[in-house]
Amino acid sequence: MELNNPKTKRITWWQKNQIKISPWIFLAPGLIFFSIYVIAPIFVSIGISFYQWDGLSPSIYVGLQNYIELLDDEYFYISLWNNLKWLIFFMLAVPIGLGLAIFLNQIVFGIRLIKSLFFFPFVISQVVIGLIFTWFYQPNYGVIAPFLNFIGLEGFSILANENTATYGIIFAGLYPQIAYCLILYLTGLNNINPEQIEAGRMDGAKGFHLFWNIVLPQLRHATFLAIVVTVIGALRSFDMVAIMTQGGPYGYSNVLAYYMFEQALSEYGYRMGYGSAIATVLFTIMMFYILFFIYRMYRNEREDNN
Amino acid sequence: MKKVIISLIMMFGIISSTSFAGTLVINTDTSDAAPKEAFEYIIKKFEEENPDVTVKWNVFDHEGYKQSIRNFLNTDPPDVANWYAGNRMLPFVRAGLFEDVSDIWKDSGWVDGNLSENMEHAKKSMTIGGKQWGIPYTYYQWGVYYRKDLFTANGISVPKTWDDFVAACATLKAAGITPITIGSKYLWTTAGVFDYLNLRTNGYEFHMDLTLGKVPYTDPKVQAVFDKWDELVKPGYFLENHAALSWQEALTPMVNGEAAMYVMGNFAVAPLKEAGLRDSNLGFFQFPEITPGIPMAEEAPTDTVHIPSKAKNKTDAKRFLIFMSRADVQEEINKILGQLPINKNSSVKKGDPFLKAGLNMLNNAYAMAQFYDRDAPAQMASEGMKGFQEYMSNPDRRQKILERLEKVRQKVYK
Repeated sequence: MELNNPKTKRITWWQKNQIKISPWIFLAPGLIFFSIYVIAPIFVSIGISFYQWDGLSPSIYVGLQNYIELLDDEYFYISLWNNLKWLIFFMLAVPIGLGLAIFLNQIVFGIRLIKSLFFFPFVISQVVIGLIFTWFYQPNYGVIAPFLNFIGLEGFSILANENTATYGIIFAGLYPQIAYCLILYLTGLNNINPEQIEAGRMDGAKGFHLFWNIVLPQLRHATFLAIVVTVIGALRSFDMVAIMTQGGPYGYSNVLAYYMFEQALSEYGYRMGYGSAIATVLFTIMMFYILFFIYRMYRNEREDNN
Repeated sequence: MKKVIISLIMMFGIISSTSFAGTLVINTDTSDAAPKEAFEYIIKKFEEENPDVTVKWNVFDHEGYKQSIRNFLNTDPPDVANWYAGNRMLPFVRAGLFEDVSDIWKDSGWVDGNLSENMEHAKKSMTIGGKQWGIPYTYYQWGVYYRKDLFTANGISVPKTWDDFVAACATLKAAGITPITIGSKYLWTTAGVFDYLNLRTNGYEFHMDLTLGKVPYTDPKVQAVFDKWDELVKPGYFLENHAALSWQEALTPMVNGEAAMYVMGNFAVAPLKEAGLRDSNLGFFQFPEITPGIPMAEEAPTDTVHIPSKAKNKTDAKRFLIFMSRADVQEEINKILGQLPINKNSSVKKGDPFLKAGLNMLNNAYAMAQFYDRDAPAQMASEGMKGFQEYMSNPDRRQKILERLEKVRQKVYK
């Protein structure tokens, strides 16, 4: 009976499941490469962290030895502490970026040019910025030397002092990061509903009050994005450290990402297991942050939908 | 299907056998001008003498080579590769990636007499486990480079003893001149100072024992080295802010006449002369004696050539190594490099007072150290040099630093 019914005959398995399957087919190339180049290396790297391996000789299984060594490693704590400083002070990029965005969000002659000048640091390579700031900080002939002389710190070298080196690098890192946050906020400001501001004004809101209660909530998505990229930027702060101090003086401006590189891949390194252990710790910290933010995003979206 | 597989195998066969016998593949890190020119010259000469061999020469970037050699020794080994003596080659020897070339050293029937005799002073640094693993072809001296005119103006003569040296520093400092310039951003310059202080205070054997991990860093003899170092660091005889400067940047005060001395390798002469110093105001002296009666050993990092154990054309590779050991070849190559030949029968470029002084010093040297980061294993070297830099900025932390280094030593030399 069924066989004679042309309708049931034509519906193949493919037709039945087409809608369910086709997104996966489109996603497949991305998923495959993402798992090969991002997901798999994470597990491989965690695996290596249980071995002692110089990249040439056969690797030796050492269990948790690398992690135990890490707990007793002064430089590890210095790097961890510096990462924390980065997290805190790098966050300044968000309010400063917001302030500049609001300042630039006006219609006057030539504003496009001025805006693009403010974007500029974001376009320059981090390496160039690191190099230029190193020159700025140079004692005796750097750009800031006259200022330091004026406040009585003649010949003071920011990058050679263990107490100031990290702040010197963070300051240099803020320069492009502020521009990044600025771009995010400028796009956010474009999408602000002018009617709400009008309504707010009618109800007598102005100045800071207007900004805090009406403008800022509408910039929530931009703020969220700016915080996420800044946190990740702070945790992976590698290039600036590599260019400006190489973790020096004597490891006091090191961060986990650079310390990992130093142990695993630099000229005197090739301790792949130890480097992987550092990477695993860094990954865990990042994971906490990322999960927390994803959770918040998820919650907010749900609230929006309700 | 079978046909496809067979033709694929044949294709790969053809590709991988491009370096057939008669082709000698040489990988070097000689990307800088003089070393590149030296190898160009020497390879041409080798090809002329051995018309049956075609050399395929790959030049790598000097810094990048340190990474790439680890890959190509395993995956795409050349027939000859250059590298450095001492502990620097230990990881490759231990991993079985370098060929044992003891026969070249032993056999006196090779081209130019007995190598073990002609290069006796360099043999130790080429030996691991009683075997030799390569051929050294050039080295250069370390010592103190100084501004002659500043010495004369302040009535200082070249110091021969430690007391003279410290007194000279005091005079210079009083005259408003930084006695010793140094740029320690990349750490290794501090090791030059440490090596010499240790070689002069405790002697070569102790220095080797220390870099081989046989002596604790908390040993009173190591403390004695830092006591001497204190005499320079505590009164501020070293350049301020050295941790922010590379070794090249630290040359500037010396060129400007604001600093008088630099504990350095001979490669500093070229940039100093480029910056305007002349033989008349730039001089060299041997690092002064500290403990009287201790034989004077010197720092002389050595460059070497090796045969990877996976090389395809080992016969011609050996011919090349023997060629590189010859007195006349080393003479030519070092004339271009502006460095010193290892082979005792080679002569040096005339008219260069620095090379002449270096040759004199090294030929009379009791022994040759390779430099802290080549004598000590990588991890120890990196922690050690960090410690030296920290000490030079904070001499009062000495005890803490030495205890940390001792902890590292116990881990590294298990």
